[in-house]
Amino acid sequence: MNAPAASPHRELGLTDSEFELICEKLGREPNGVELAMFSLLWSEHCAYKHSRKLLRRLPTEGARVVMGPGENAGAVDIGAGYAVAFKVESHNHPSAVEPFQGAATGVGGILRDVFALGARPIAVLDSLRFGELDSVRSRHLLDGAVRGIGHYGNSIGVPTVGGEIYFEAPYEHNCLVNAMCVGLARQEEMVRAAAAGVGNAVVLMGASTGRDGIGGASVLASAELGDGDEAKRPTVQIGDPFEESKLLECCLELLGKGLLVSLQDLGAAGLTSSASEMASAGRVGIEIDVARVPLREADMEPFEIMVSESQERMLAVVEPARVDEVIAVCEKWQTGVAEVGAVTDDGIVRVLCEGATVGEMPVAALVDGCPLYDLEPTEPEGWIYGNEDVLAARIEADAGVDADADDPGSILLALLAAPSVASKRWAFEQYDLIVGSRTARRPQSADAAVLAIPESGRAIAVSIDGNGRRVACDPYAGTVEAVLECAQNLACAGAEPLGLTNCLNFGNPEKSTPAWQLDRAVQGLADACEALGVPVVGGNVSLYNEGPEGPIYPTPVVGMVGELPDPGLAAPSAFAAAGDAIALLGPFEPSLAGAELTKLRGELGKGLPQLDVAAVAAACAAVRDAARDGALACAHDVSDGGLACAIAECAIGAGLGCRVDLQHLRERGCSPEEALFGEGPGGFVVSGKREALESLASENVAVLHLGHVGGAAIEIAAGDRSLAIDLADAERAWRSLGERMAFAE
Amino acid sequence: MIWGVLQFPGSCDERDALHACELTGGEARLIWHEERSLEGIDAVVVPGGFSYGDYLRAGAIARFSPAMEAVAEFAAAGGPVLGICNGFQVLCEANLLPGALLLNESTRFTCRQVELVADGPESGDIVRFQARRRLSIPVKHGEGRYWAPEEVLDAVEAGGGVAFRYAPGQNPNGSARDIAGVRNEAGNVLGLMPHPEHAVDPMTGSTDGLRVFEAVAGARA
Repeated sequence: MNAPAASPHRELGLTDSEFELICEKLGREPNGVELAMFSLLWSEHCAYKHSRKLLRRLPTEGARVVMGPGENAGAVDIGAGYAVAFKVESHNHPSAVEPFQGAATGVGGILRDVFALGARPIAVLDSLRFGELDSVRSRHLLDGAVRGIGHYGNSIGVPTVGGEIYFEAPYEHNCLVNAMCVGLARQEEMVRAAAAGVGNAVVLMGASTGRDGIGGASVLASAELGDGDEAKRPTVQIGDPFEESKLLECCLELLGKGLLVSLQDLGAAGLTSSASEMASAGRVGIEIDVARVPLREADMEPFEIMVSESQERMLAVVEPARVDEVIAVCEKWQTGVAEVGAVTDDGIVRVLCEGATVGEMPVAALVDGCPLYDLEPTEPEGWIYGNEDVLAARIEADAGVDADADDPGSILLALLAAPSVASKRWAFEQYDLIVGSRTARRPQSADAAVLAIPESGRAIAVSIDGNGRRVACDPYAGTVEAVLECAQNLACAGAEPLGLTNCLNFGNPEKSTPAWQLDRAVQGLADACEALGVPVVGGNVSLYNEGPEGPIYPTPVVGMVGELPDPGLAAPSAFAAAGDAIALLGPFEPSLAGAELTKLRGELGKGLPQLDVAAVAAACAAVRDAARDGALACAHDVSDGGLACAIAECAIGAGLGCRVDLQHLRERGCSPEEALFGEGPGGFVVSGKREALESLASENVAVLHLGHVGGAAIEIAAGDRSLAIDLADAERAWRSLGERMAFAE
Repeated sequence: MIWGVLQFPGSCDERDALHACELTGGEARLIWHEERSLEGIDAVVVPGGFSYGDYLRAGAIARFSPAMEAVAEFAAAGGPVLGICNGFQVLCEANLLPGALLLNESTRFTCRQVELVADGPESGDIVRFQARRRLSIPVKHGEGRYWAPEEVLDAVEAGGGVAFRYAPGQNPNGSARDIAGVRNEAGNVLGLMPHPEHAVDPMTGSTDGLRVFEAVAGARA
């Protein structure tokens, strides 16, 4: 990238009217340094200019909220003087260009957001979306992203404890890599990002600054991907987890010693955004002399230093008398440190180079001056995404040429082998699941990750979810379902929700259909959080996720954190013992709308059934209480692939068959096929003593007895669609992802 | 009993190891990599992680640290030393144990609970396990494939130097002869790829790792 030329604002992603507004606010035309800084801070990625108005709908208040939106991450009180900080963020476009580094630096960025608060990261979860697994590109991206996440998280000693992966054609050219980090902090050691104290020093810590990632926020994050993306590779940052490991320990030691006034990570738009946002939050000014920034390359221009997205850097405000102590701690951890500027009282971000001013902008214009746009949403007429009937082919591939595509047992095997449903062990075995000694439930052993917090004598449960296909069918209901699924996962773990973070991955908001999807999804998120009483404490927006064939499935990824009294109380997601009763708990009304089976048949269309959030919330409460009482030998929510898949997963996990009858469910008015493979919120498969399960029924909570655990087959009676498959066949189908990835190598 | 757990820049499992030492009994304290003295320390743990970023080669830089110089002297004087994962790699790089750890056969990082079989005779040395005793302990590494020239492997086996093997069918990384951990000839230095410090609490899956720490404690001269 060359220095900005005569009228380069369009190249930098600013519209003519935005450029005019900048001139008006400055009273002159911006110079090259200023234009580069404005273009980044006024990008969608930093200014949320197409989403900020919508986000005001979200409920952010709650008795347990310690820090809400606007800080580096949200945080909730977990008692005993401790808080849990968490946030989810996307690194979609970098990962589509270079999956290993894109995913790795995505993890690095979200870790910094959390330790910037003074919280030690204790867990990472990931939410990944790729095109169909039979695409070479998808396998390449999946392989690279999983290696990248592992490379960074494993090396820095933070366990990756959960996540989800979906494979859908609309993500073929625009994969999604969302990473969530959870951290633990003593509340008295937490620090905010607001700069304070005129005359205080501004200190840059961590790695040196190079030309990597210049313009990443505007070029990659705020425009559609297209041909020639290889040319964007220099805008992808390169991660170094060792640098981050030292920086993490260094920052936590500095905060523990009370040496920092405030702390902020350098993410998108580098020094530009961190300095401006710190100044804005503290209602002060900041000046930075770029000549004092340690560089990797000697001949960098001032604007390059200000916008570089070199990884593993943090910016701190330090009282002048403590600077020497800060430097000593940095030297102990062998992490770079330089005093690069000072806090001022004039509300100006001033960029100096060896003392000479090279840029001077009001903080208010940079951070809050960007115009906020109203969307122009229009609901599309019909289903705007593709449809392809692959069921017969899948069944033949799994079971041989004589297979009957109409046989329910074969359909169940095909669903279990569908990559979005199948076991993700291939991926999570590549992650350190256990470092930190908190992981009480490893992936796929319970519906939520469960982490012990001996510091408070309790535990937390964490879940991340968001089925884009269902959101595409109905953005409002699909998003409500994503929140409910998280709540159901936490309920299975015996946990009560404390707070929620989200990453809104959508298409181009300047187009009417993605605008409509975004508008409806945010409303669904707001209403679901309101109904459940769960505050939104932070989040991230990733727009412009489109490929040549149009937008991705609208994908709100929801991360929820809850607490439980004891990590041992989380119910396992597998059956426990032969002879146990199996029941379906909750207001589950299965429908084939948006279901995995409907996708395989190429019959997707608009619309999802109406749902009753209060009834699902009552079911969640019943499951949570039962788990805490030890009444449940197993609890697993009904999700992708419907009740038959949920039952099969409980059986495979235990190595125990089962015999169930769905007659009681069919009495709710569903067909045998809907009962087997229909999807929808509000269903829990639970097992245990029959009397204990039946005692969970109440006025608000239905409990249907289904059958018993035992045998070596999964037998499900569903009228003329009854099925029986060997447990071993079910397991082979469900565990097929690894083979298919091995084949890909 | 005072345990010393080394801490390098890039160490990951040092706090977990510290906790496991405390559960076994006695005090435990971190030894910063620049410390040159192990005075007052009764047993040393070189923990897992990515010391110095594992730049160049896993463990290759850590072996030159002042703390490792002290560990070499401590081991030579008969002090018990336990190297876990990256710590095992460091001990091999430092020639305190035979062999080397190469990239996993799968080329991938692998995290998985595995069964180990304690090998060798029951004796007064560091691993006081009944031979054939099974332990459930997790592995998590990308470079854990134990390798040594055939004649070295023969000599290690003949000298009772194999401390643990992966149970049949559970070798996660392609290690030669299913070797998961080895000890030196004197029996006071033990290294293994699996993480006993992550098997000390039934909540996280197993308590078998405590047996390894107890054995090290018992080997104190």
